Amino acid sequence: MTIQLHRLDARGLACPMPIVKTAQAIAGLASGEMLEVLATDPGSMKDFVAWSRTTGHELVEQSEEGGVFRFVLRRK
Amino acid sequence: MSEPLAISLFSGTDDRLNAAAVLVAGAAALGRPVHLFLQYWALDAFRADRIDADHGLAPEAGESGAAAVKRLRAEGQAGWAETLRQAKDIGAVDIQACSLSMDLLQITQSDLDPLVDGVEGVTAFWMAAETGQVVFI
Repeated sequence: MTIQLHRLDARGLACPMPIVKTAQAIAGLASGEMLEVLATDPGSMKDFVAWSRTTGHELVEQSEEGGVFRFVLRRK
Repeated sequence: MSEPLAISLFSGTDDRLNAAAVLVAGAAALGRPVHLFLQYWALDAFRADRIDADHGLAPEAGESGAAAVKRLRAEGQAGWAETLRQAKDIGAVDIQACSLSMDLLQITQSDLDPLVDGVEGVTAFWMAAETGQVVFI
């Protein structure tokens, strides 16, 4: 059984909207489901680490390429 | 990190309202209850008939600051009222009008945008703040 990867494109959105949209999106997932987020806000790398640590939704992957940040989160 | 955050919002210019809205949304995303107390010119900006109007900028913005803010908005960035609506959607955000400021502006709650949950006095504000942090903008 494969777990569906949900996607959220937050590119072009300024702080705090990438995190706000992520919080909204992850609330609609079942526990264990994964969410991939793309963002261009330069603060998002630190923001997603802090948000994951505080909320308990695991940050499974994080990377940056050409000014685009990519995060994969697992709903707790 | 569920310590409540209380914000006394006094300023009524779009830049300061936006700075407050960003703090509120960030705290809400982290699961912190937020209590936003609207005083003076901030309350005036929440009038239903002018919440989407241009409320100007703080004096330190200057011409170049005004141009920078205008560019961000033209790029489609959310305004402060929209940011607060989203913050309410993801967290516990209570927005209360200061009753003294209501008297000052001679308005009632029906004059205010539905973002405003109610009217309270300063004692209720301090009770809601409990022992958490208080921010003044």
